[in-house]
Amino acid sequence: MLSGIYSLLSAGLFVTMDAVDVAFTEAAVGAGVSTVFMLGALALTTSKEKRSSRTRLLPLVVVFITGAALIYGTADMPPFGAAENPIHQHVAPHYIQQSGQEIGIPNIVTSVLASYRGFDTLGETVVVFAAAIGVVLLLGGRFRNPANGTANKPVKGSAPEENK
Amino acid sequence: MKQHSVLRVVSKILIPLILLFALYVQFHGDFGPGGGFQAGVIFAAGFILYALVFDLDRARWVVPAWLLRVAVSLGVLLYGGVGVVCLLLGGEFLNYNVLAHEPSHGQHLGIFLVELGVGITVATAMITIFFTFASRGRPKRAVIPTTIHED
Repeated sequence: MLSGIYSLLSAGLFVTMDAVDVAFTEAAVGAGVSTVFMLGALALTTSKEKRSSRTRLLPLVVVFITGAALIYGTADMPPFGAAENPIHQHVAPHYIQQSGQEIGIPNIVTSVLASYRGFDTLGETVVVFAAAIGVVLLLGGRFRNPANGTANKPVKGSAPEENK
Repeated sequence: MKQHSVLRVVSKILIPLILLFALYVQFHGDFGPGGGFQAGVIFAAGFILYALVFDLDRARWVVPAWLLRVAVSLGVLLYGGVGVVCLLLGGEFLNYNVLAHEPSHGQHLGIFLVELGVGITVATAMITIFFTFASRGRPKRAVIPTTIHED
């Protein structure tokens, strides 16, 4: 509930900073849908965690290695907020000045998202698709009948579900 | 939720407006703020509100599971298909210039189709996730409601 209010407030903040597209997303996703999903997930879970029978060392190692690699990667990043950073020099001025002629669409955000960075957006769409498929696979697309709980056998690889 | 008549009446008025606004955001994304992703989420929010206020079984009857499965894949296929068509017409993958005689017309058409694909996938993915969450642990109701305006 608090995160929903927070999202709504930050959506207002984005409007103030003239990032209307981001504000749109924040209000719809952050304040609206994800709050509902959060409440739905809370309704599914209980307050007690089920004890796992074996220790899971491998996931911990994977998480640590991934985190260490990401932190190592930040060492190569340019200094925060400097004016000569590539993000201010490279393609942004081109997008702002040329997208009107090249794409012919007034909204620069849309032309960057859908045309210049079309490949990224394809990846994002696939991520959303994968999220839906994953939820259906893990939680079972069919109705589960509590009378015979074996109607939907747990899918292999659904280990995180056991923690609920 | 039979007793909350204020909620029911207000959402009955609001849901068509939400869906209409989602379509506006979808198809006006070139000129104003918005685009496929936002439109998809708003469109899904309309159905989620319907399922919350009325009944989940009714909502599942309005949007059946097979339709969700088909549509969630259709959006991604539409997006990727535009890219493949660009390839077949002699351009690079997702280079919309070749879609029409004029490069900017091709860009318009490509962005329109791509945003439509994003919107379809996002909307149906959100509805799928919500339905799956909400229907977990519920027995399947034997009688599927056949009339929506029975109250």
